[in-house]
Amino acid sequence: MLTESELIAQAKQGDFEAFETLVTRHERRLYRLVVQLVHKAEDAEDIIQTAFLNALEHLGGFREESSFGTWLTRIATHEALKVLRRRNGWVQLPAEEGTEVEDGDIPHPEYIADWRENPAEMYEQRLLRVILDEAIQQLPDSHRLVFVLRDVEGFSIEETAQVLSISPANVKVRLLRARLALREKLTTVFGDETRRHQRTPDHGGDSETVTKAARLLEHYQAQINQRGGA
Amino acid sequence: MKCEELLAMLNDYVDGQIDPGVCEAFESHLEGCNPCQVVVDTIRKTITLYKDEAVYELPFSFRTRLHQNLRERWKQKWNN
Ligand SMILES: [Zn+2]
Repeated sequence: MLTESELIAQAKQGDFEAFETLVTRHERRLYRLVVQLVHKAEDAEDIIQTAFLNALEHLGGFREESSFGTWLTRIATHEALKVLRRRNGWVQLPAEEGTEVEDGDIPHPEYIADWRENPAEMYEQRLLRVILDEAIQQLPDSHRLVFVLRDVEGFSIEETAQVLSISPANVKVRLLRARLALREKLTTVFGDETRRHQRTPDHGGDSETVTKAARLLEHYQAQINQRGGA
Repeated sequence: MKCEELLAMLNDYVDGQIDPGVCEAFESHLEGCNPCQVVVDTIRKTITLYKDEAVYELPFSFRTRLHQNLRERWKQKWNN
C-alpha cells in the first residue's frame, strides 16, 4: 500500500487514481464529522463535495506541513461553518406539500425502514439518538466543533487547535464548557431524581430542569414520531 | 482541594493528562465528595455515548456521485 506522501506526490502529477485513493481513505471519517456538525444529510453531502473539490483545486499548494487528514478536516470544517452561519440567518420555509392524488391509485409505501430485528432495542436506540442530537444541537457552534473534533473524532488538543485556527488553551476552555453543558443536558434526561444530590453551595443545580424529565421524555417520543425512520 | 478547583482540572483528569502530584489531590477529594464523583463519571459517560453513537454512514449513492464529479473536475483541470 502506498503511503499518503507517495499518493499526494502522484496526485500532484495528475494521477486521478492516486487522488481517488486519498479521497477513499478519508471520505467516511469526514462525512461522519460533518453530519455531526450540521445535522442534516443534504447539507453534509454538499459540504463534503465542496471540500473535496477545494482539495482537488488546491492540492498543488498543499505542502504537507500538517497531515493530509488534518488539512482536509480544516477545509471541511470551514465549509461546515459557512453553512451554519448562513443557516442561523435563514428563515426556513415549510416544505411543499404534495397535493395531487389520483383516485384509485394504490398508495405507494413511502415510509420504508427496517424494523425486523428487535424493535424494542431499535426504538430505544433511536430515542437515544434523538436525545443526543438535541443536546448537542443546543451547544454554540464553536463549542460543538471542539467537542466533535476532540471527543468524538479523537483529534488531539493541538490538532483541534490547528483545524480551527485557535490556540490550544482556547480549545481546552471550549471543550470543558461543551462537556459540562452536554453532561448537564443529559442529566436532565437520564438523571435518577430519587438519587439526586442536594443543592449545596458547591454543587448548585437547576432543580426545575430535573423535574422536567417526564415531560422531556414525551417530547422526545414526539420527535421520534415526527422523524420517522430516518 | 475544593470542588471548583477540581472542576478546573476536570479535562486533564478525564483525558489522563493530569500531573501525578495533582492527581493525588484530585483523587483524595473525589473519595470524600460524592457529587464530584458523579460529575466525573457522567462526563466520561457523556463522551462515550457520543463516540459510540457516531455511526453515520456515507450513503453509497452519494459516494458514487461524488467520485464521478471529482473525476470530471479532474479531467477539466488536467486537460487544460
Ligand atoms: Zn467535590
